Amino acid sequence: MTTTDTRPAGVTGDLAGPQHAARPGRPGARLARARAGLHTLVFLAPMLLVFGVFSWVPIGRAVVMSFQRTNLVADPVFVGFANFQQVAADPLLWTAVQNTGYFALLALLFGYPVPLVAAILMSEVRRLRGLFSALAYLPVVVPPVVAVLLWKLFYDAGEDGVFNTVLGWFGLGPVAWLQDADAVMPALVLEATWAAAGGTVVIYLAALIGVDPSLYEAAEIDGAGVWRKLWHITLPQLRGVLLITFILQIIGTAQVFLEPFLFTDGGPANRTLTLLLLIYRYAFTNSLGGDYGAAAALSLMLALVLAAFSMLYFRLTRSWSS
Amino acid sequence: MAAATDRALLAPTDRRRASVRWSTRILHGLLLTVLAVAGLGPMLWLAKAAVTPTQDTLRQPMALWPNGIDLANLAEAWTRVEIDKYFFNTVALAAGSWAVQLLVAATGGYALAVLRPRLGRYLSGAVLATLFVPSVVLLVPLYLTILDPPVLGTSMLNTFWAVWLPAGANAFNVLLMQRFFANLPREIFEAARVDGAGPYRLFWSVVLPMSRPVIGVVSVFAVIASWKDFLWPMLVLPDPALQPLSVRLPALQQFVELDVFLAALAISSLIPIALFLVFQRLFLSSAGLGGAVKG
Repeated sequence: MTTTDTRPAGVTGDLAGPQHAARPGRPGARLARARAGLHTLVFLAPMLLVFGVFSWVPIGRAVVMSFQRTNLVADPVFVGFANFQQVAADPLLWTAVQNTGYFALLALLFGYPVPLVAAILMSEVRRLRGLFSALAYLPVVVPPVVAVLLWKLFYDAGEDGVFNTVLGWFGLGPVAWLQDADAVMPALVLEATWAAAGGTVVIYLAALIGVDPSLYEAAEIDGAGVWRKLWHITLPQLRGVLLITFILQIIGTAQVFLEPFLFTDGGPANRTLTLLLLIYRYAFTNSLGGDYGAAAALSLMLALVLAAFSMLYFRLTRSWSS
Repeated sequence: MAAATDRALLAPTDRRRASVRWSTRILHGLLLTVLAVAGLGPMLWLAKAAVTPTQDTLRQPMALWPNGIDLANLAEAWTRVEIDKYFFNTVALAAGSWAVQLLVAATGGYALAVLRPRLGRYLSGAVLATLFVPSVVLLVPLYLTILDPPVLGTSMLNTFWAVWLPAGANAFNVLLMQRFFANLPREIFEAARVDGAGPYRLFWSVVLPMSRPVIGVVSVFAVIASWKDFLWPMLVLPDPALQPLSVRLPALQQFVELDVFLAALAISSLIPIALFLVFQRLFLSSAGLGGAVKG
């Protein structure tokens, strides 16, 4: 993702100062260049400071910390792989891995095909397409905390809960959405899908509108029907976008926190304890100052697994992504 | 998109066939209904419940029309529950995050794209690299940085700076600005320089005025993202008097009556939804950009 050089021929060097006026080799030139460097540094300063203190250094520190025993009182001590061993020995780790995997799987089943079908249908809309996309996108702008708290009411287990009332019209239910060990994860995923699907719809719609119409025309001359055009033109044309949204969704759902935290706080019986919730508990729910080393170690493990998965994914799909 | 090529899967000849026309019409009608129920439904329910007495909402949650309208819910949420205070905290957090993000992204993008320092390419790379680090990795070390920041010597916990400054480290903004600035016609910079404009003048009077579109995109996403944020402000603002709506709402649920709580939820959604309605086009055309880089 490097920016291309757009300088026209003959314009070289940077524009930071009047050094073009001074011929190289003269004492003034060095001074001018130093001043130009200073100006550039002034402009770079906010970025260097903010990224340095709040991004680059903490990323490095995350790696160091996972090999240290850190608390707020004593100086950190290097403990080798002890944090990783401690995390790996935690019986809750496997629970969290399974729950996170289950969440990601359900989110794919619910959330991956729905936006695609919606976007393909919407791309055929002539009038009011704006209304369709605005309706689809609206849940995305609702603050996530508001959405979760609202859905928590919808999921009320009583017969007078919102969803149970609707089920009652069809003679079904009531379902104890958030208390039932089998219903709780699908319930969380349903809300998460509702909150996120609109963004994916808009991405797909942009890609669909960008498909070259002459491809369809050529296929029609060869006598292809709607389904064959869909299979042989539309989907292959969306391949790149579909591949990206897939991996982004995996990376996003592997870090799900808000839904399990606010809906159930990991319950019932740890059925919705996800990896991020476990990291949060290691670090922040211990009144004695938190086990930062274990939290950093588990964060690092998760990041490495996601990075390895992404690389494998892109290697495997490279042949059909270009 | 030219009108002549405004077609997708269906051929113009297909569209003239009655069977195709009717089936697409039915499918679109169904889709519109589903979208309206799923997209608008919950928010309409919230709007109704915000002005409905608690007992009505509890007994008949799906009644279309409440038995009584209780506008006092909104007033009570605003004053007695002090939603006003949390609302203004949210606004202050969003405004500061916006300012820091814009400052960092505009100056950084300008330096990288226009001034082009010698190591600029590596700096861009270092900024880009942070996009590939999952945010969970930063959680704990960033929290410890806030507790014990370098140079400052005093904890930033319970100050708005703890939210504002980390918000500035947004690689997406910097790269977006850098791309935009790099695509501005360079002849204009040359002309400005010949006319005697220095790097500061060039930034303020030439580059920024030409960059309204990208500033708009960054601004709207900065405000919305700040309004949505939950985990980070919860960690660094443990003092309830400083907390934004998103952090305070889950706690409020414990001790506020349901109808007032729902009114508070409705008030909290107002600004983001209003922003969306006003800047709809911007959202829907650049959602791909913003959505693609989250997480």
